[in-house]
Amino acid sequence: MKANCWHAKHKLRVEEVPDPQILNPRDAIVKITSTAICGSDLHLYNGFVPTMERGDILGHEFMGEVVETGHEVKNLKVGDRVVVPFPISCGHCYFCNNEMFSLCENSNPNAWMAEKMFGHSPAGIFGYSHMLGGYAGGQAEYARVPFADVGPIKVPDGVPDERVLFLSDIFPTGWMAAENCDIKPGHVVAVWGCGPVAQFAIASAYMQGAERVIAIDRIPARLRMAREKAGAETINYEETDVYDSLMEMTGGRGPDACIDAVGMEAHAPGIAGMYDRVKQATMLESDRPIALREAIMACRKGGTVSVPGVYGGFDDKIPLGAIMNKALTIKTGQTHVQRYMRPLLDRIQNGDIDPGFVITHRMRLEDAPEGYDLFMNKQDDCVKVVLKI
Amino acid sequence: MPARHGRKTSAGDGLATALGLFSIGLGLAQIFAPRGLTTLIGLRTDRGIMPMLGLREIATGIGILSRPQPTGWVAARVAGDVMDLALLAAASGQRHAHSERLAGAAAAVICVTALDVICAVQLRRGSAAATAGSSLRATRSITVNRPPDELYRFWRDFENLPRAMRHIASVRMIDDRRSHWVARAPGGYRVEWDSEIVDDRPGQYIAWQSLPGGDVPNSGSVRFDRAPGGRGTEIRVELEYRPPGGTLGAVFARLLGKAPERQTMEDLRRFKQLVETGEIATTDGQTSGRKGGPFGRRLSLARILEKEMR
Repeated sequence: MKANCWHAKHKLRVEEVPDPQILNPRDAIVKITSTAICGSDLHLYNGFVPTMERGDILGHEFMGEVVETGHEVKNLKVGDRVVVPFPISCGHCYFCNNEMFSLCENSNPNAWMAEKMFGHSPAGIFGYSHMLGGYAGGQAEYARVPFADVGPIKVPDGVPDERVLFLSDIFPTGWMAAENCDIKPGHVVAVWGCGPVAQFAIASAYMQGAERVIAIDRIPARLRMAREKAGAETINYEETDVYDSLMEMTGGRGPDACIDAVGMEAHAPGIAGMYDRVKQATMLESDRPIALREAIMACRKGGTVSVPGVYGGFDDKIPLGAIMNKALTIKTGQTHVQRYMRPLLDRIQNGDIDPGFVITHRMRLEDAPEGYDLFMNKQDDCVKVVLKI
Repeated sequence: MPARHGRKTSAGDGLATALGLFSIGLGLAQIFAPRGLTTLIGLRTDRGIMPMLGLREIATGIGILSRPQPTGWVAARVAGDVMDLALLAAASGQRHAHSERLAGAAAAVICVTALDVICAVQLRRGSAAATAGSSLRATRSITVNRPPDELYRFWRDFENLPRAMRHIASVRMIDDRRSHWVARAPGGYRVEWDSEIVDDRPGQYIAWQSLPGGDVPNSGSVRFDRAPGGRGTEIRVELEYRPPGGTLGAVFARLLGKAPERQTMEDLRRFKQLVETGEIATTDGQTSGRKGGPFGRRLSLARILEKEMR
């Protein structure tokens, strides 16, 4: 089969690799019909996630048709159409029992590596470094799906791929980011970033009752999408000061909740941005937590900072004083996708939302490397790339 | 939820930590206050070399503090001491040198050198004892989302254990209390022993001891305690191996001596996976874009870590 393989920073190749095999009784093999490039894949592309290996197959947002099942998989049969959640979860440990699927204790065969970085290991994730399991990902024609009796959700035949594909990650991720804000009527929510997760965070915040959502980015096309498709007010941080604008817009209170949908590779104009770039480049700091700092400083006293953006390591100059003295709540985590797939599929089928609105580019699997380049450089107004197989 | 108890520390470890901190402190002083330091030790000129010596100190300090086995870095400190003494000797010939202070500085360096040598010797002795000497111990615990009774029963039938324990090739129950164990060792070696249960409290505790005549004398115990909040069972395992001399002992020491606690933790994790999910998470045999052959996988962090593990 063909698969998009990581070979080095900024070096991907779509190449012929062996077809995946069933390795465990609860595995299934899925023939992929649609797969997407995630913003978090760019952290791998840019070489910021350790323990990647040459030849690793990328991709964790995919759906397709079941073509083979292990003998313990009773709920799926060959021919079923499924969307696969990005965290791999066993369904039987304490965390899975409590719907914290992305913290599954049994799905990361390299848990000890993650323990060295984080103290404890989260769930394994498709195509996302050896520290998180080293599982082959879904930017390929086929994928092996472990614990297939727990993760994948069946979708009806009539619904197009593009409407349900993002149940695999970014729609639940945006939804959980908003849910972590504990939104009450009248709340104002600010979202850093206008990438795909941010678009869903904006839409989800409104669905969960926010009065106003303010989105922050610098790319005109993304700001436009946030305004026109997701309904946010916007701030271009290259034109105005973010803190001042937010205070102006909220009568000096600050947003009731702030969502950092940017993560470890934030950009910033001026000296602050340079500072983190230099520190990250010289490995004195693993992430560039610029958006997170801004969110903490701007957040209303007693408010919540929700962090769906990916961070990987040990960061510098986090304003802990502001967190403490303003009594902020920080909520974060890899998304417990399995918890949200069913209710969000219902919302899609009710017509509450069509997640396809974020798609700007449709390409063939063979063009994946070009898609990464386009997405990373935000050329051609790129917001979201879907690869069709 | 794995938990670990403190690694056994020897006198050498404590001294090494102190020396590592000392290195970093001295290094910082050399970099940021070279003038004060040169005056203190009786030199009047030649401050340029101080910051460089400071960098050396910081590098060895970090090396000592961050490595689990700092023996090499402590040896580097000894070499640094010799270099410092040579520099002081050279400086004593300078015109502006303050000879009493220089002598004081040399005496201080000689004292530190003595400490460094003692530390290096202790560490070497400690690591030799851990690999070839008396015994290897490991204590590890994990929480498993199943009741103590069920886990006790699964464990008590030792024939189940090779499924979870990577290095155990097979276990055969001889009778209700005695069992025959075969372990895999590097280089195709196999080591075998008979084991006997010495304490058995159903649902709570099992302790065992190898019988005379086996390749590797060993003993161990496992406790099953109910975890608070309905979270299943806390399993605590204690193992002790006493590798004999000779080739077989050396091979077995290599098998376990590198990281007996990590091996035990991995075995417990696999045991948990097996009883909670019915299978053991794996990517062995999955597809990838790696070509076969020795150069198919480049040297990467993941590769080094995996090697370290085996």
